[in-house]
Amino acid sequence: MRGLPVSARLYVVIIVASACVLIGVSWIHRPTALVTVAVLIGLHIVGESLLARGSRDLLSISLGSVTTLAAIPMVGTSGAVLVAWTAAFALERDHTAPVKRIFNGAQLALAGGAAGGAYEFLGGTTHLGTDSFPSVLLPILAADVVHCAVNGALVAVVVGLHQRVSPLVVWQGTMARSVSSYLAYGLFGVLLAVLWIPVGVGPLAALLLLLPLFVARWAYAQYAEEQRAYDSTVRALMAAVETKDLYTRGHSERVSSASVLIARAIGMREDRVGSLRYAGMLHDIGKLGVPTRLLQKAGGLTEEEFAAIQRHPEQGLEIVREIDFLDEANAGIRHHHERLDGLGYPMGLRGDDIPEFARVIAVADAFDSMTTTRSYRGARSIEHAITELRRCSGTQFDPRMVEALVRGVAEHGWAPDAPTPNGNQPVAADEVFDQELAELDQLAGIDGIDGIDGIDGIDGIVYAHLDHDDPTAVLVREQS
Amino acid sequence: MSLARRHLDDSGTTVVVAAAAALLGVASVVITSSPGGFVAPAVALSFGVFIAIGELVRITLPGGRDAAPIATAGALGYALLTRFQDSGAAQSSMQVVAVVVVAMIVGVAPHAVTGRAPAIDSMARRILSIGITAGFFRGTGLADRVDRMQDARTALVLMGVVVVSLVVDALLAAAVRAGTDRAPFFAVLRNEARAQIGIGSAIGATGALIALAATIMGAWALPVFVLPLLLTQFSFRRYAAVRESSLQTIRALSRVTELGGYTESGHSRRVSSLATAVGRELGMSDGDLRDLEYAALMHDIGQLSLSEPIPGGATVVAAPAEQRRIAEYGADVIRQTGVLDGVAAIVAQQAEPYRRAHDVHDRDVPLAARIIKAVNAYDDLVGDSWETSRRLNALERLRLGMAYEYDPVVVESLTKTVGRAARFAG
Repeated sequence: MRGLPVSARLYVVIIVASACVLIGVSWIHRPTALVTVAVLIGLHIVGESLLARGSRDLLSISLGSVTTLAAIPMVGTSGAVLVAWTAAFALERDHTAPVKRIFNGAQLALAGGAAGGAYEFLGGTTHLGTDSFPSVLLPILAADVVHCAVNGALVAVVVGLHQRVSPLVVWQGTMARSVSSYLAYGLFGVLLAVLWIPVGVGPLAALLLLLPLFVARWAYAQYAEEQRAYDSTVRALMAAVETKDLYTRGHSERVSSASVLIARAIGMREDRVGSLRYAGMLHDIGKLGVPTRLLQKAGGLTEEEFAAIQRHPEQGLEIVREIDFLDEANAGIRHHHERLDGLGYPMGLRGDDIPEFARVIAVADAFDSMTTTRSYRGARSIEHAITELRRCSGTQFDPRMVEALVRGVAEHGWAPDAPTPNGNQPVAADEVFDQELAELDQLAGIDGIDGIDGIDGIDGIVYAHLDHDDPTAVLVREQS
Repeated sequence: MSLARRHLDDSGTTVVVAAAAALLGVASVVITSSPGGFVAPAVALSFGVFIAIGELVRITLPGGRDAAPIATAGALGYALLTRFQDSGAAQSSMQVVAVVVVAMIVGVAPHAVTGRAPAIDSMARRILSIGITAGFFRGTGLADRVDRMQDARTALVLMGVVVVSLVVDALLAAAVRAGTDRAPFFAVLRNEARAQIGIGSAIGATGALIALAATIMGAWALPVFVLPLLLTQFSFRRYAAVRESSLQTIRALSRVTELGGYTESGHSRRVSSLATAVGRELGMSDGDLRDLEYAALMHDIGQLSLSEPIPGGATVVAAPAEQRRIAEYGADVIRQTGVLDGVAAIVAQQAEPYRRAHDVHDRDVPLAARIIKAVNAYDDLVGDSWETSRRLNALERLRLGMAYEYDPVVVESLTKTVGRAARFAG
C-alpha cells in the first residue's frame, strides 16, 4: 500500500470493508447447493489463474466474469458473491501485492452482488427451464451491464487515484471499448448455467463452451505471429534490395516511419496508416528495374538515362500490383514523384489529383534523402531539411503534409542515421497491431478487461492504452 | 519415400464423391417429401435458415481450404438433436440430409449469382459426412438412448459422435484431395487432419452444444451459440488473409530479380509451381510445402549480389562455386528476416549435388533443396517453352546427371508432372 496516495488508501479500505459486510451477509443467506458453489469457486479460481498466467494478451478469456455471471442464475446472488471474491486466491499472479489481490476480490464481490441484485429485481430466477427463454435474457443482460459498470467504475477510481487522473479518463482510455466484450461474458455465463443444471451436463459444460474460444485464441495467435513474420520479411527483403542502390541502408524503413509520422499528424484512419506503412517501405522497389550504372552515375545524365530512372515508380507498381491488400498503397508507390505544380512524373498530376499516399511519401522521401549522408554530400540537419521542405511547399510538396511532418518530428523526435537491426520503428508495427487488438476486443467479448478485472498490471498495461498514439506508451507495455 | 503411393484418378474421386452426394441429396429430398416423411417443420426451418446463413458467410482457411464453420455446426446440431424444448426431435436421418442440402443450395445461390463459384467438392463432402453422421447417430438407435440419459453422459456420447464425424470428414477430404493433387493418400490425410483439427474441434463442440442447449432453449440456442464460433471464424479469416498477403508479397518480390535483368521473366514462379507440384506428389506436409514454395520463389535472390547478371539468368550454366556463392548469399538475405530460417536452409543448399560419391563429406541434402535444384535446372533449360523436343532434351540432361547431381526420385516425379502439364496444355 506504500506509494499509494492517502485518498487511494482510504478508498481501498472502504471498498474492502463493504465487501466484507456483503460476503458476511451472503454467507448467512447462503444457498443450499453448496457443492455447486464449491465447484464454481474451483472453476473461478482456475479461470482467474489462467487469465493471469496466459497474460492479458489477445483473447485471454476472462473465465472469472463468466463464472460469476453463471453463478447468478444457478445459485442466486448470495452464491455469486461467495464465488466472486475468491478471485483473490487466483494462483500464480507472479508478484501481485496482497493489497491488490484483496482489493480485486472485494470489488468483484461487490460487482457480483450488484449484478445479482439487478437480475433478481428484473424477475430472473434460479430455476431455469424450457419456459425461461427468451424472458431470462433481459435480466441476465441487466446483470451483465451492472457487473461491467460496477467492476469498471471501482477499478477506474482506484487507477485514477493512483495515477492522479480523473477516473473518467481511465474509463475512456482503457475500458470503454471492452463493453461489448462484457456483453459476451454475460451470454457465456447464462449458457454455462443452462448447460450445467437444466440440461444436466455439469462442469463438463465449461470445457465444451471454452473449446471454440480456445481455438479462436489459437488462430488469432497464429495470425499475430504471421503478421509479425510478414513485417520482418518485407523489411529484410527491402534491405537486400537496397544493396543495389546508391541509397544508404535503411532508406525504405525510414521513409516508411516518416510517412507514418505524417499520417498520424493529419489524423489518418488507422487501417490506412497500416497500408501507408507498406507503401513507404516499398516505394522505391521499382529502382531495381533501373540499371545500377545509372543509379550510381556521378555527374549529368543524358535525357534517355533520365527517362530510364523516371520509369521506376511505374516499375514498382508493376511488382506490387498483385498484392491485393496494398490497394491504396499502389497509387502511393506509383505517384510518389509527382509534384503539386504538375511538373513531376510519371503522369504529371497536379494538386489534389495526386493520391494522398503519394503526397505523404513524397515529403517523407525528400526529408530522409536530405537528412542522411549521400555519396555526393553529407547529411543536412533536420532544421535545414525542414526549411528546404517549406521552401518547396506548394510547388513540389503538399504544405499540409510538410507541416504535419514538422509537427510529428517536433513531437516524437527523429533519428535519421540510427536504424536498429530490426528497423528503427518497431513501435509503429506494434501500434497497428494494438489497433487490431482493439477491433477484436469489440467483436470478441474477450479480454480488453485490462485493468477492469483487477488492479493488477495497471503500471504497464493501463499506460499502454491510455495514450494510444504515443509510441513510448506502447514501449512501456513491452517492458512491463 | 516409404509412404504408400496410392494415386487415385484426378477427376475420378471428385466425380465419385459429387455423384454420391447428389444421389444422397436427391434421395433424401424425395423420401422426406413423401407423406409422413417430414416432421417438426418449425425446427427444420430454424436449422435450415441457420445453415443457409452459415453457407453464405463461408470462409477460406489458411492454405486455401474451403470451410463453412457455422453451416457445418448447424448441420451437426440438427443431426445430433434429440429434444427441442418440450417436444421430442424425431426427424429421420434422411430429413436431416434433406434440410442440409436445401439450406446449402439456398445459401450458396447468392455466391453462384455473383460469380463466386461454389466449391462443389467441399459441399459434396460435407453432405456425405453429415449423412453418415446422421445415419450413425439416428439410424442405430443411439439417439433414443441418449435422449433417456439427460446428464453428463449425454455430452460425452455427443462428443464421441462428433469425433466420428470429424474423422469421416477428414477421410473424405483426403480422398478428394489425393485425386486432385496427385499426392499419396496418407500424406494428404495427415495434412487434412492437421488443417482441420483446430477449426474442426470448434465446429464439433458448437454442434454438440447447440444440440444440448436446444433441449432447454429451443431455437434460441442457435443465435446464441454461434457467437463463439463467429469469433473463431473471424480469427481464422484474419489468419488466412495474412498468409495470403504474405504469399502474394513474396511472389511479387520474387520478380525483383527479373526486373533487374538477373533472371528470365516468370522463372521464379514457374519454378515455384513446378516444385510444389513435385513436392506434393512426393507427399510433403503442408508446412514443408510452404517453405518449399517460398524457397522456390526466392531461390535466385542471391543473384542481386552479382555485379553483372548471368546471361539469361540461368544458374545452371554458372560454375558450381559461383552457384554456391549465390545460394549462400540468398540464404543470408532470407535469414535476415529472422523468421524464415527453414526457407533459408533450403535456399542455401539448392546448389548442392545430390550425392558426392567420392567425397567423405557426403551429406544429406533436404528434399526441398533437391527439388529446387532439379526444377531450377529444368526451367533454365526449357523456360516457358512448351516445345516437346526442348522438354525431352532437358529431362534427358537431368537424367544424365541423376544419382550424382540430381535426385532420381525427384527427376522421376518431375518427368511425370511436366508430362501431365504438357498433355494438359497441348
